[in-house]
Amino acid sequence: VFKRFVEIGRVAFISFGPHAGKLVAIVDVIDQNRALVDGPCSGVRRQAMPFKCMQLTDFVLKFPHSARQKCVRLAWEKENINEKWAATRWAKKIEAREKKAKMTDFDRYKVMKAKKMRNRIIKHEMKKLQRMASKKGKKPEKSEKPEKSEKPEKAKKSGKVQKAQKTQK
Amino acid sequence: AAGEKKPGEKAAGEKKPGKKKTSEKKPAEQKASQKEVGEKKKKIKRHHASRNPVLARGIGRYSRSAMYARKALYKRKYTAPETKIEKKKKEKPRATITKPVGGDKNGGSRVVKIRKMPRYYPTEDVPRKLLSHGKKPFCEHKRRLRASITPGTVLILLTGRHRGKRVVFLKQLATGLLLVTGPLVINRVPLRRAHQKFVIATSTKVDISGVKIPKHLTDAYFKKKRLRKPKHQEGEIFDTEKEKYEITEQRKSDQKAVDSQILAQIKKVPQLRGYLRSTFCLSNGVYPHKLVF
Repeated sequence: VFKRFVEIGRVAFISFGPHAGKLVAIVDVIDQNRALVDGPCSGVRRQAMPFKCMQLTDFVLKFPHSARQKCVRLAWEKENINEKWAATRWAKKIEAREKKAKMTDFDRYKVMKAKKMRNRIIKHEMKKLQRMASKKGKKPEKSEKPEKSEKPEKAKKSGKVQKAQKTQK
Repeated sequence: AAGEKKPGEKAAGEKKPGKKKTSEKKPAEQKASQKEVGEKKKKIKRHHASRNPVLARGIGRYSRSAMYARKALYKRKYTAPETKIEKKKKEKPRATITKPVGGDKNGGSRVVKIRKMPRYYPTEDVPRKLLSHGKKPFCEHKRRLRASITPGTVLILLTGRHRGKRVVFLKQLATGLLLVTGPLVINRVPLRRAHQKFVIATSTKVDISGVKIPKHLTDAYFKKKRLRKPKHQEGEIFDTEKEKYEITEQRKSDQKAVDSQILAQIKKVPQLRGYLRSTFCLSNGVYPHKLVF
């Protein structure tokens, strides 16, 4: 049922508070509500932090309890947590949300145009397939096509959106 | 005269007593005396300290008349050079003017006063107004411009017949209104004035640094014209006044001149033309206070 546990070395994401948005490793448990926490590579000093503001991630580091910051840092860099984190879907969603909030009016227009074009392409293909299916009756080969054709268009759209966002940055 | 002018410079004069005596005739030493005069002029700035010692704040030891004597003001009486006064004595403003008068046997002209006596004196005097401070007329008001609005910014008009349209900002006019253009071919907004308060400034900018805006585009150019000449004819007053606005040729030519320059810059940015053609609108889930413009 539960897959992520509070343990020494568990990397946690801080969801609110002064260090919101940063990653931190649990060094020791103080009592039922607090943990000693340290984020040498994410700019969080060693401190006590309540569990409530932490959200556990999938990453676990190996160091003994109450290890000093240097050891935590070594373990962090050995596991390359920063890069692994950036590659997770969680981090990507956060980044996408931030980008969306920063969109200017011009960006919104460009995204709208990209979305519109993409939907048009998809609709066009769908209509084609529907027409073919209705004309010649159900055939198993044709049901494979929609999946193939949607993927390149998704790549197109995300490419365009990213391009639009990149040009504005 | 020399003695009157610089009584305080006697100290400086004493430094070069020899030169003063011999400076009259010899040309070589005249130059020296000129130099000395020049030096004296520079040194005039050495003013004497106050000759009126202070007893308490605001109270001096000597009275006005005593000070007059102590400062030797009886010796220092300056009058302005008189020649120009003599000339200007003759330039009094004209009091009367002779005007031609028509009609038979009227003696062709009359002498008329230019500044006439008031024709009415009110029975009650107008009470003297209290002094006010800092109440300036509109033409002297300070014009401000939001930092987010710079030449070339794309603005969203919020009011007026062009509400929702995205428009390019050109410059701020003397009354504080913003001069703005569509450009006309893109969204049918001509060269027009817009109010700063009723406009959203986006962060999108067009490079207008090379664009020259004609100097005759001022507030007077854009002001609405109204004909009001009743001429005592009460039949058709409401019809003959300007009901339909006609676009003058000058407006068309100015529009072309400005727009051609701007369009060239707009074409350089991809998708900007389509952006300016579109209108701004809110829909479900879109909150202006959360939008970044």
